[in-house]
Amino acid sequence: MTATMIKEFRLPDLGEGLTESEIVSWKVGVGDTVSLNQIIAEVETAKAVVELPSPFAGVITALHEQPGTVVEVGKPIVSFEVLDDAGNQTAAAAPAEPALPKREPNLVGYGAVVESTGRPVRRQRTLVEPAPVVEPAPVVEPAALVEPVETKPADTASAERPRSTPPVRKLAKDLGVDLGSVTGTGPTGLITRDDVRNFVGGGDLPAAAQELAAQEAAPQPASPQGEREVRTPIKGVRKFTAAAMVNSAFTAPHVTEFLTVDVTPSMELLARLKESKAFAGHKLTPLTLVAKAVLIALRRNPGLNARWDEANQEIVQFNYVNLGIAAATPRGLTVPNIKDADRLALVDLSAALAELTDTARAGKTSPGDLSGGTISITNIGVFGIDAGTPILNPGEAAILAMGAVRKTPWEYRDQVALRQVMTLSLSFDHRLVDGEQGSRFLADVGALLADPGMAFAMA
Amino acid sequence: MRRYHESCRGMVTRRQKVAATVVTDDAGRGGTSAGQDNNAGHQGGAGHGMVQLITPSGERVSHPEYDPWVRDVSDEQLCSLYEDLVVIRRIDKEATALQRQGELGLWPPLLGQEASQVGSVRSLRDDDFIFPSYRENGVAYCRGVDLADILRVWRGAASGGWDPYTVNMAIPQIVIGAQTLHATGYAMGIQNDGADSAAIVYFGDGATSEGDVNEAMVFAASFQVPLVFFCQNNHWAISEPVRLQSHTQLVDRGAGFGIPSMRVDGNDVLAVMAATRVALDRARRGGGPTFIEAVTYRMGPHTTADDPTRYRDPNELEDWAAKDPIGRVHALLDRKGLFTEEFEAGVRTKADAVARELRAGCTGMPDPEPLDVFKHVYSTPNSWLDRQQDHYSRYLASFGDPAGATQEEGAR
Repeated sequence: MTATMIKEFRLPDLGEGLTESEIVSWKVGVGDTVSLNQIIAEVETAKAVVELPSPFAGVITALHEQPGTVVEVGKPIVSFEVLDDAGNQTAAAAPAEPALPKREPNLVGYGAVVESTGRPVRRQRTLVEPAPVVEPAPVVEPAALVEPVETKPADTASAERPRSTPPVRKLAKDLGVDLGSVTGTGPTGLITRDDVRNFVGGGDLPAAAQELAAQEAAPQPASPQGEREVRTPIKGVRKFTAAAMVNSAFTAPHVTEFLTVDVTPSMELLARLKESKAFAGHKLTPLTLVAKAVLIALRRNPGLNARWDEANQEIVQFNYVNLGIAAATPRGLTVPNIKDADRLALVDLSAALAELTDTARAGKTSPGDLSGGTISITNIGVFGIDAGTPILNPGEAAILAMGAVRKTPWEYRDQVALRQVMTLSLSFDHRLVDGEQGSRFLADVGALLADPGMAFAMA
Repeated sequence: MRRYHESCRGMVTRRQKVAATVVTDDAGRGGTSAGQDNNAGHQGGAGHGMVQLITPSGERVSHPEYDPWVRDVSDEQLCSLYEDLVVIRRIDKEATALQRQGELGLWPPLLGQEASQVGSVRSLRDDDFIFPSYRENGVAYCRGVDLADILRVWRGAASGGWDPYTVNMAIPQIVIGAQTLHATGYAMGIQNDGADSAAIVYFGDGATSEGDVNEAMVFAASFQVPLVFFCQNNHWAISEPVRLQSHTQLVDRGAGFGIPSMRVDGNDVLAVMAATRVALDRARRGGGPTFIEAVTYRMGPHTTADDPTRYRDPNELEDWAAKDPIGRVHALLDRKGLFTEEFEAGVRTKADAVARELRAGCTGMPDPEPLDVFKHVYSTPNSWLDRQQDHYSRYLASFGDPAGATQEEGAR
């Protein structure tokens, strides 16, 4: 008598350091009996089309992937029913050290499969209390697309990553703690495991936030596996965000326009400014220039810096700009704004942007910073996204989404050249902004980014 | 047919023809396709003939200069050579499959080069020392390296598979051509010892473009060391054809260094054996180094991560399939009435057993411990390394915090 067992074959790294391969065709079907090393499939990697020989002798019980599918290395692609008796071919592969458990294929570039022998004993993972989802003090009008701008602080001193060790970083990641917000108590400010735990316990949170944390105790999915669905009560930032989005999307008729721009000159300018003395210690990013371009363009197109006041049946034209920046924070989406951004010189604007994002990411944005915005920018480019149809921050007439800066073949001086190209997506409230105004504004922003020298003409 | 190159100056080459697409060499004298022309685009070569003792169709042809060197090869030994050829092809096939099954990180197939490897290694004495490249896995098998040890490094389970001194064969050298310098140095040591053993160094056609190989040849000639430069010209340095790397035949390079050179059919196990014996004999008698160009063909990819169809004409493969190193010995044994069913079954059984042992040794191989990476770097204690090891141990230990939420990274 022979027993059988099911064995899976996981897609190996067929080249050196490949992460995926495409199944071109199967040479076998479910129910087929195959011998060891019989070709079962043809697979195309980034390097070559190769044939896969069967690692087992047995009967095919399942093909997990269809031809044409790109499969990640390490995923099961085929299952076998394998005879488990001594006379079977696979049994020929009996390990030299019989005590060793059957080893799984070792995937190059993916690390050794964990074995129970000879390694430090891994203890049962201890589930730590879930990180409370902390809500900000009275949130005002969160909205728009997510945007973590960039996380690095402005000044070089704090530009360093918070000091900690990989296990502590892992712990913080698991608990959803931003290490930037944790004060280290270890040697030379090293953040320790206890610091992270204390932070989760509320040690470093503002009192108000702690209260909210206590109220919420939102069950962050505490089950890494097991349950197939997790139900989380809708509250906190999520609830505000949802309400604001619905309100905005269903009251303001949105129009979105797109413009793709060769921003190479802006990128060059950025590089020059970074070198200059005036900007030493300041963080300059594409966002800084886009923000400046928006501010300059608004002077010629003030109609986008306005508000539809439904209650009073009035259009409010702002003669100042509170520039909102959508930020993804540990607590969710917020859109803090820079007051009177139009009065700031570029260097001050860059500092204000850095401060705003730092504060937002530390979860310390005050209600004042979140209210009173007049127009917003969302930087979806940091996620590698080109364009979108952003939803207006309620009460504002326009929001600009900046896409990723990509090297792209582009017309340049009647030739095709590799240029740095960005797509701008502008949504505006069609109740008070006409297509012409919106288009002119977007064209101006684009012109400024395509040729920063245009600032002289427009200023 | 000339044996050595040194007196061949001024010969008019007949190797001017360049085929439109198919670039093959003339291992197929008397064979099916390439005929007499070395159409690899060589210019100005001195016209080395290629030593061949068994034609692709299995005919044993006589050669006055080389026959004496293999006169002692009995029918029995011929059968045993055949077995080795078949077994190493099987090893190669099994290892390639193991790579495709995720058991090996990489494998450099030797398919097509069996005769070059078997013929040369089987000419050596036990006290001769071998310096291989990374493709000499057939040489390792014939030298008696444990099957699992051959795979150890390709599985990433060790930095080297075996103790070189147990079999007098160094571990595979990945750096192209670097082993030629090691071999030259070793051969200088043999000289200093006053021993009559020799060293042999394996490298490919691509390696001849490396500085190391040229430096090694200069030194070997200067000191007249007992060393055999065994160049397997498999025609492709990954995707670079040999004709681009050398506008003369590779064998002609030896003359520039004052090293006697031979060009031999690398798919003819007897011819390779004869040439290697000639070279070893010279080395043992104080005659200095010899350069052998074994003209063969890499039938497979450069490694399992390579796709030769992207750069190679399929017709070329067909040409060389007709010059198969195993097929011609099979045919020769057949002519001699030695290829019986019993013999064939015996060889098959042997190959099957070796393949099984190879697979078992591979899949059952334990993974190294993380700290093993510090072993074998220095032979004596080294404070810097000790410090790094200490740091790394503590790093690994940090994942074992009893209250720790996770130790996952430590396992990677």
